[in-house]
Amino acid sequence: MQATATTRPISRARLRPGAAIGRYSLRGVAFLYLGLFILIPVAAVLQAGFSNGLDDLRAALNSFGARNAIELTLVMAALTAVINGVFGTLLAYIFVRMPFPGRDLLSTIVDLPFAVPTLVAGVMLVALYGPNSTVGGWLADHGIHVIFARLGILLALLFVTLPLVVRAVQPVLLELDLAEEEAARVLGAGSWTTFRKIVLPALRPAITAGALLVFARSMGEFGAIVFVSGNIPNQTLTAPVLISQLLNPTNYGSSGGPAEAAAVSSLLFGFSFVVVLVTERLSSRSSGWFFS
Amino acid sequence: MAGATIKVQGLTKSFGSFRAVDDVSFEAAEGTITALLGPSGSGKSTVLRMIAGLEQPDTGSVWVAGEELTGASVQDRRLGFVFQHYALFRHMTVRRNVAFGLSVRRVDKAAQRERVDELLELVGLAPFGDRYPDQLSGGQRQRVALARALAPRPSVLLLDEPFGALDARVRQELRGWLDHLHRELGVTSLFVTHDQEEALELANEIVVMNHGKVEQVGSADDIYNRPAAPFVAAFVGSSNVLKGVVWERHVHFGHSIVAGAHAIPDGEEAVAYIRPHDVQITEDPGERSFPVAVERRIDMGWTSKLHLRLEDGQPLVAQLPNEEINGVAAGQNLFANLRNPKVFPRSRADEAAPASDEAVPVAGESSSVGG
Amino acid sequence: MTTVPARPSHPRSRERLIRGALIATALVYVLVLLVAPLAGIVYYALKAGLGEIGTTYNQPDIRHAFYLTGIIMIVTVIVTSVFGVIVALVLARDNFRGKALVSAFVDLPLAVSPVIVGLMAVLLFGRGGWFEPFFAAQGIQIVYALPSMILVTIFIAIPFVIREVVPVLEELGTEEEQAAWTLGASRWQTFRRVTLPNIRWGLLYGIALSAARSIGEVGAVLIVSGSLQGQTETATLYILRAFDQYQDQQGYIVALTLAAFSIVLLIGIETLKRRSTRRAR
Repeated sequence: MQATATTRPISRARLRPGAAIGRYSLRGVAFLYLGLFILIPVAAVLQAGFSNGLDDLRAALNSFGARNAIELTLVMAALTAVINGVFGTLLAYIFVRMPFPGRDLLSTIVDLPFAVPTLVAGVMLVALYGPNSTVGGWLADHGIHVIFARLGILLALLFVTLPLVVRAVQPVLLELDLAEEEAARVLGAGSWTTFRKIVLPALRPAITAGALLVFARSMGEFGAIVFVSGNIPNQTLTAPVLISQLLNPTNYGSSGGPAEAAAVSSLLFGFSFVVVLVTERLSSRSSGWFFS
Repeated sequence: MAGATIKVQGLTKSFGSFRAVDDVSFEAAEGTITALLGPSGSGKSTVLRMIAGLEQPDTGSVWVAGEELTGASVQDRRLGFVFQHYALFRHMTVRRNVAFGLSVRRVDKAAQRERVDELLELVGLAPFGDRYPDQLSGGQRQRVALARALAPRPSVLLLDEPFGALDARVRQELRGWLDHLHRELGVTSLFVTHDQEEALELANEIVVMNHGKVEQVGSADDIYNRPAAPFVAAFVGSSNVLKGVVWERHVHFGHSIVAGAHAIPDGEEAVAYIRPHDVQITEDPGERSFPVAVERRIDMGWTSKLHLRLEDGQPLVAQLPNEEINGVAAGQNLFANLRNPKVFPRSRADEAAPASDEAVPVAGESSSVGG
Repeated sequence: MTTVPARPSHPRSRERLIRGALIATALVYVLVLLVAPLAGIVYYALKAGLGEIGTTYNQPDIRHAFYLTGIIMIVTVIVTSVFGVIVALVLARDNFRGKALVSAFVDLPLAVSPVIVGLMAVLLFGRGGWFEPFFAAQGIQIVYALPSMILVTIFIAIPFVIREVVPVLEELGTEEEQAAWTLGASRWQTFRRVTLPNIRWGLLYGIALSAARSIGEVGAVLIVSGSLQGQTETATLYILRAFDQYQDQQGYIVALTLAAFSIVLLIGIETLKRRSTRRAR
C-alpha cells in the first residue's frame, strides 16, 4: 500500500448527475406547487387589503357590527382553545394510559369531526337544539338558548376542533418514557403530582401547539357557525361570516366590497400566520404531527 | 461468482468541518475477505459507503476490477451491500426480498425462482421463503440480507457492521456463515467492524483505521504481533501500556527495563505495549526482570489475572495459565519479565490515542478495546 | 384483646376512583358534544322514512349537487395526493434552509378561514384580478364556475396528505431505499416498489381526510361559486339553500349523506389498516 500521486479532485457536478437532477427537480416541483397554490393567493389578499394603506381596514372596522364581530371571534376562539385544550389532553391521556373496554371506539368517535363537513356539524346542532326539537325546546323553557346564540357557536367550535388537541398530544404521550413517572412514584409522588410535575411539562409544547391550532381554526370557522348562530350583528356575527357578507353586498348591507373584505381578511390572516409559525416552532421540538 | 479487486485511492470526505475520511488508500485482492477495523467515528463506514456509491468522496477514486467507479451511480456499480440493520423490505416476503435484485434487472421468473432457492439453501433458510421479515429473528434477517445481496452475483460484497445489531452468540454463528459463504462463493468481501475479534478471525487482510486515517494494513498476524502504530497496538488485542525513558535501546521505567526501543534516541520518552500473556512471573531476579508487587489475583477458569504494580507506581496486568503461577497470591513481591514489547515514541502514542495512565482493560473484562 | 390499628385509606382504590371519574367525564363530554348531535341528525334525516330519502336522491338539483361535489372531490384528491407525496418526500428527506418555513406554509390552509380562501380566488381570478385578463382572453370562466371551486378546495385540502405521509417517511428512514439502489433499482423503481408500499396506509388515510374535507367545504365555494342553482351548487351549498327555503327534510338527508360517506371512508381505511397490520405480523 503506497500513496499514489494521482489523486485528482472530482467536481461534484460530475458525480451522479442523475441523482442530483432527481433531487432538484423534486424540490422544484414541490416549491412550484406550494408557491402557486399558497404563496400567490396569500400575496393577493395582502395586496388587496393594504393597497390603500390602512383606509380599507378602517372602513371595514367601522362598518356595522364589524368590531364586535372580530371581538366575538377572538373570544370564542380563545374559549374553545382553552376548553378543548383541557379536554383534549384528558382524552389523549385516557387513550394512551388508561385502557378500558370501548377505548378504541371512543378514539374513533373523537376523530369524527374530521370526517363530518362543518356545515353538517351546524346542521346537527340545529337538529338537536333547534327550537323545534325536544331537547331544544326544553332548554329554551329553562332560558338556555343554543341556536341563534353564543352557546351554539361555542358548541359548534368545540365539536369541530376537538380532535386537534387530542391528535397533537397523543403521539407525544406515546413517546414519553414511563420510567420517569415510575421513578417519581417510587420516590413517593402521588398520581396528580406526578402528572403535574413530570407529564405536563413534557406535554406543554404539544398542548400549546394543539390549542393554538384550535384557536386559529376557530377564528376562521364558517360552515358550522353560519348555520347555528343566526349571524345577528353585534350578537352572534363572527368575523368570517362578516367577511362573506362584505363580499355579498346585494344580500346584506350597504357597505362592502372586496377591498374591505380583504382588509379584514388580512387582519385575520395575520393572526393565523403567526399562530402557524409559533405552532411550527413548537411542534418541531416535540415529536409527532397533529394527525396521528 | 469469482471476485474482483477493490482499490481505493486517496479518498477524502468531510461533513461540514468534520473530516471523516482523510486520504485513505488500500487494495483488496480478488477473492479475499478484508476487514475495515476501527473504533466508532474512525470513518470506516464512510469509506465503505463511498465504495458502494451511497456517499460521494470529496477527492479520491474507487476502482473495482480495474474499472473506475468513482462517478458511477449506486445502481450501476453492481456491488452487493449488507446493512447493519438488515434493511429488508418489510412488506415483501423473504423470497421477494432475495429476488429483488434479479427482478429489477428483469431476469425471467423461472430463473429468479431457481436462484432464490439456491441462495435460501445456501444460507439455511429454505423453509422460510414465505415469511415476512418481522417474523424472523435478527440472525435470520441478516442471513436473508446476505442472500439478497448475493443473488445478482456481484463481484464484490460490502458489509457495514453486519453483526453489530445482534447479540453475542448469534454474532458468532453468523461469523461462521459469512466465512462459509465466502469460501463457497469466493466473492471479494470487504466488511466494516469495530470488533477486533471478528476482524482477526475472519479477514485475510485488515485495514486498521482511526480518525479517518489508515493506521496499518496487514494480515491478522501482522496487526496483532507487529503493530506499526501505537493506536494499533492499543486497539487490537488488549495491552498494558507502560511509559518510560529510552536508554541504549531499552525503555527504563524506574528500576525496570524492557528492550525493543530500537529506533528511538536516548533520553526520549517512550511507550511500551505489552500483552497480558507476555508478562512472565518469576521468583528469581534476573537481568531483564524487575520487581513487582502482586495486588490482586483473579481466577478465570484455567487462567488467572494478576494485577501488579511496578516500583514506579505504574500498573501491569498479567494473564497466565494457572499452572504457571501456582502459589502466586496477592501481597507477594515477585519479579516480572516482559516479552514482545512494542515500543513507540511517546509523542506518537499521545497523538494516536487518548492518553491514559491506566492499563487498558484486559480481555475478559470488556470485549472490545479502545471503544 | 388487641385493637386493630386504623388502616390508612388505601391509595389503590382511591386511584381507581379518580381514574373512573376521569374516564366518565371524558365520556360524558364526548357523548354530549359529538354523539348526541350525530344521533340527532340521523333521527331527523330518517324521520320521514326511507321513501323520502329515495325521492330526495331523485331530485335533479340534488343529483347535480352531488355530482359537482363528486367531481371536485376527485380532482382535489388526485392533485393533493400526487403533489402531496412529492412535498412530503422533500420535507422528510431533503435538507435545505427554510425547511421550517415551507412546513409552515403547508400548515397554513388549516389555519386560514375558508372565507378568506374564497376571497383569494376572487382577487386572483375575478374581475380586475391578477390572472383574470389571461383567462378572459382564453374564454375560460374561473370564478362563478367549477374551476375556481376546485382551486379553492385544493388549497384547503393541501395539508392532509402531506401531514400524514411525512411522519411515516421520517420513521421509515432511507435504509430500505438505499438497499434497493445497491440492488440496481432506479429511483423510480425504488419509489414504486419500496417507498410507496411502505407509506401506503399513511397515504390512504391522508387521501381519506382530503376527500372528507373537500366534500365538506362550504365557506370558500360559497364565495366563489355565486351559488347558481343547478350549475355551481355543491351538496353543501344545497344544504344552505334547502334550510333557507324550508326544505329541511331534504337538507337533513343530504347532510347525513355527506357525513355518512366521509365517516365510512375514514373508518374503512382505519379498519383495513388495523387488519392488515394484524395479519402477518
